[in-house]
Amino acid sequence: MAPTVSGDELLTLYEQMAVIRRTEKAAHDLFLSGLVKGTTHLAAGHEAIAVGASAALRDDDYVFATYRGHHHALARGATPEECLAELMSRATGLCKAKGGSMHLTKASAGMLGSYAIVGAHLPMAVGAAWSARLRGTDQLAVAFFGDGATNIGAFHEALNLAAVWKLPVLFVCENNLYMEYTAIADVTAVPRPAADRAPAYGIPGETVDGNDVVLVKETVARLARRARAGDGPAVLEAETYRHYGHSRADPATYRPAEEVERWLKHDPLDIARGRLDRLGVSATAIDAADERATAVVQAAVDAAKAAPAPDPAEALTDVWADGGSAWRT
Amino acid sequence: MADLTDAQEADAQRQITYREAVAEGIAREMRRDPAVVCLGEDIGEAGGVFKTTSGLFKEFGPGRVWDTPISEQAIVGAAMGAAMTGMRPVAEIMFSDFLACCWDYLANEIPKVRYMTGGQVTVPLVVRTANGGGLGFGAQHSQATENWAFTVPGLKIAAPSTPADVIGMMASAIRSDDPVVFFEHKGLFASKGPPAPPDHVVELGKAAVVREGADITLVALASMVPVALTAADRLAREGIEAEVVDLRCLVPLDVSTVLASLDKTSRLTIVEENPYQGGWGATLVSVVADEGFGLLDAPVRRVAGECVPLPFADALEERVIPTVDKVVSAVRELAAY
Ligand SMILES: Cc1ncc(C[n+]2csc(CCOP(=O)(O)OP(=O)(O)O)c2C)c(N)n1
Repeated sequence: MAPTVSGDELLTLYEQMAVIRRTEKAAHDLFLSGLVKGTTHLAAGHEAIAVGASAALRDDDYVFATYRGHHHALARGATPEECLAELMSRATGLCKAKGGSMHLTKASAGMLGSYAIVGAHLPMAVGAAWSARLRGTDQLAVAFFGDGATNIGAFHEALNLAAVWKLPVLFVCENNLYMEYTAIADVTAVPRPAADRAPAYGIPGETVDGNDVVLVKETVARLARRARAGDGPAVLEAETYRHYGHSRADPATYRPAEEVERWLKHDPLDIARGRLDRLGVSATAIDAADERATAVVQAAVDAAKAAPAPDPAEALTDVWADGGSAWRT
Repeated sequence: MADLTDAQEADAQRQITYREAVAEGIAREMRRDPAVVCLGEDIGEAGGVFKTTSGLFKEFGPGRVWDTPISEQAIVGAAMGAAMTGMRPVAEIMFSDFLACCWDYLANEIPKVRYMTGGQVTVPLVVRTANGGGLGFGAQHSQATENWAFTVPGLKIAAPSTPADVIGMMASAIRSDDPVVFFEHKGLFASKGPPAPPDHVVELGKAAVVREGADITLVALASMVPVALTAADRLAREGIEAEVVDLRCLVPLDVSTVLASLDKTSRLTIVEENPYQGGWGATLVSVVADEGFGLLDAPVRRVAGECVPLPFADALEERVIPTVDKVVSAVRELAAY
């Protein structure tokens, strides 16, 4: 098949992935140095899914993600500086430091939120797709979620409703083989937790190598065309692996060494590099993209560190649409 | 009424039921604003299990009135997604007990997303639900659950007691840029009242003094408003004049109207259908203790439900939830204090 992604475009996707990888590394280091509190769920290893899918979407499409959502916020247009400032509880954070790592949201870029209750956002994506239909647009809604989410009721309710109403929504499962510490295979009755269940709702269920940004882009583009044409939802199961543990508390010792090794060798950045090489993009050009990514993230870290803490008065704003939080007279 | 024509007079005397008011309130807003859409189980051609959406499907069609599967999470979750992207959905959860099936959306998602995104996202939706006892539906279809929502910052809570208020508050709820949980009381569906004038809007968070009196303030909500009014009539025959405040909303909570009434009466009894423990009355009493202690000449009383699941038989239910007799005896004691 003729390549659908040019060298130039792939280099851009590569650079986006490199920015995400370095932002995740920065988040990790800042956590260890005490500058990020709470927890983080890093998506290093998952970059190709966010970047590949975003490349196939339009600016006015809607994206809903999980607590492991840094990569989606960044791929959708949030800057490393906004994201790191949010993690570091700074006033300049993406969500004014009211969201934190698990809730990175950039509504102006169609990134309608990161939700920390497993599976909760799937029906919301269905609603956004329904709204597109009601308003007569051909916008698409995409829900990214983990393999663990496929065993929660909201997943099943969302798939059925999307199918029966034939809505333009894509359900993209990032199957990284584990929930928190438990292998998904140990607690799931079918081998492909998302794709295998889709046909039961009359929805196509596909799998893709989630570490290959080109394949992800092509697959999402195809499913998106179908959904926009009115042919209804689809489930895409993207196979991937997380480089870090589930969260900051987790050294991930439950994963067999040879499995980790195999997946680390199947790194999305390396795969993209190999493709760039075959497309004739020079090593110098790729190295330059890496350097730009490093510089952007370093500048973001510096800026976030220098930013002020939020004004405590902000704690009592943004509950209601009038900006305030009054519950009584 | 010499200045009214006969037709106008007849119209003014026409009474509508609370259940008709629900459908009319929604229809008025759907006519006004094409962004208003309804979804829920059996709400379309069937008109709803309580016939509270009667006529909507006929007038607005399947593009605006959507029947859903039995999927409470999908109903409220999809309403949320639609509200975030330009629509004003009105979602029906058939019985308020079933809110537990989609509680994540009411407790964790809808009320938090504006705050945790730093104000980026607005969720202008209404979740309507049939609340409370009185129809003999047993413990899983009869609860007064407005207190569940009352514990969650970020939800507005409406619970009208008259047909006109249903229409006026439905207008405010649907127009609100904030999420509103709208409790329609099952025990009131068949009750009648004066119709609402055109463009009738009742601001959320404004209580109504529905009976004036100088001796004691009775604060009630939804089905307890007629109970309090009947009690007040009986008490009047004994020479005790009760002022009855219909709270109408729990959030925003109209503390000012309650304190203004206490300024007149110095005595307070709260009538709530829900169990005493965890009831909204406890919050109201604590605010009064904080800010209105000096106004009181007597302790406050709460006439509330017993802390048991709501039983089936009328005789048992009466034992459990507030009745006119219970209110009358509580007030008599307080008046004599
Ligand atoms: C409803 C709910 N139950 C449990 C949790 C705790 N929890 C957080 S992440 C997680 C694992 C989710 O795994 P998966 O969906 O595969 O996503 P991944 O972390 O692998 O990206 C669990 C159990 C939660 N946040 N929400």
